[in-house]
Amino acid sequence: MATDALLFYVFAAVTVLGALAVVIQKNPVYSLVSLVGSFFGLTGLYVLLEAPFLAVVQIIVYAGAIMVLFLFVVMVLNVPREDAAEWDRAHPLYRPMAMRVGAVLAVLLALELAWALSRTSGLSEAVNAKPNALVSNVTHLGKVLFTDYMFAFEVTSILIIAAMVGAVVLARKREE
Amino acid sequence: MPLGHYLVLSGLLFAIGTAGVFLRRNLITLLMSVEIMLNAVNLTFVAFGRQLGEVDGQIITFFVMTVAAAEAAVGLALVIGLFRHRESLNPEAFTSLKW
Repeated sequence: MATDALLFYVFAAVTVLGALAVVIQKNPVYSLVSLVGSFFGLTGLYVLLEAPFLAVVQIIVYAGAIMVLFLFVVMVLNVPREDAAEWDRAHPLYRPMAMRVGAVLAVLLALELAWALSRTSGLSEAVNAKPNALVSNVTHLGKVLFTDYMFAFEVTSILIIAAMVGAVVLARKREE
Repeated sequence: MPLGHYLVLSGLLFAIGTAGVFLRRNLITLLMSVEIMLNAVNLTFVAFGRQLGEVDGQIITFFVMTVAAAEAAVGLALVIGLFRHRESLNPEAFTSLKW
């Protein structure tokens, strides 16, 4: 049990620090690499939650495919470093209205999340107290996916086709 | 581990993603922040699924991943198109409806 808690805190720290680095870094390539590190932390958390297949998919699809797509676009566009706006150096109270509204909304969101968490019961129950072999069973996962969620699965394939065609049309060079 | 720990972690990640969307002025980093938010929600789904002993949480997560992949592809195509027009990735450069 102690190793479980230790692993949770290690993976949680990796995930949160990676996410923070994404937001703080000015260079998009560094942000991307931090995001991949954050995803590796999340993969560890999925393993702790007894979802090994999801952990593998997270690495292959997210850290592998989607992040390479991002990296590809960053390299193709040769993105310049984000230039600091003049209000970056101003005192927080003198920043534009949008920033102040955003800050208020962020505080509101944090308060709402804290309120919701404080009202949820059963938070102190161990998440994997009940041993359940079906949860981490890939065969069971596949059966549920291809029976109960068949319609959603098919709709997803249409979505992917639409996204693919859309991406090709949008990114194509127009001859004028 | 208590369920509450996972939920707090997820809320933290979601807040970081929101802060990224509000504070950054680079369209690609904005999309990355959205990915962080999606992953925070995924973590909640998987934690609740494990708590309730159901696989449904994991299946919803697969769908979220698919939608994230589609969103990243279309979003990045739009970013490429916008960059061709304005030679900039700053959202402030795209405030006009027509050019």
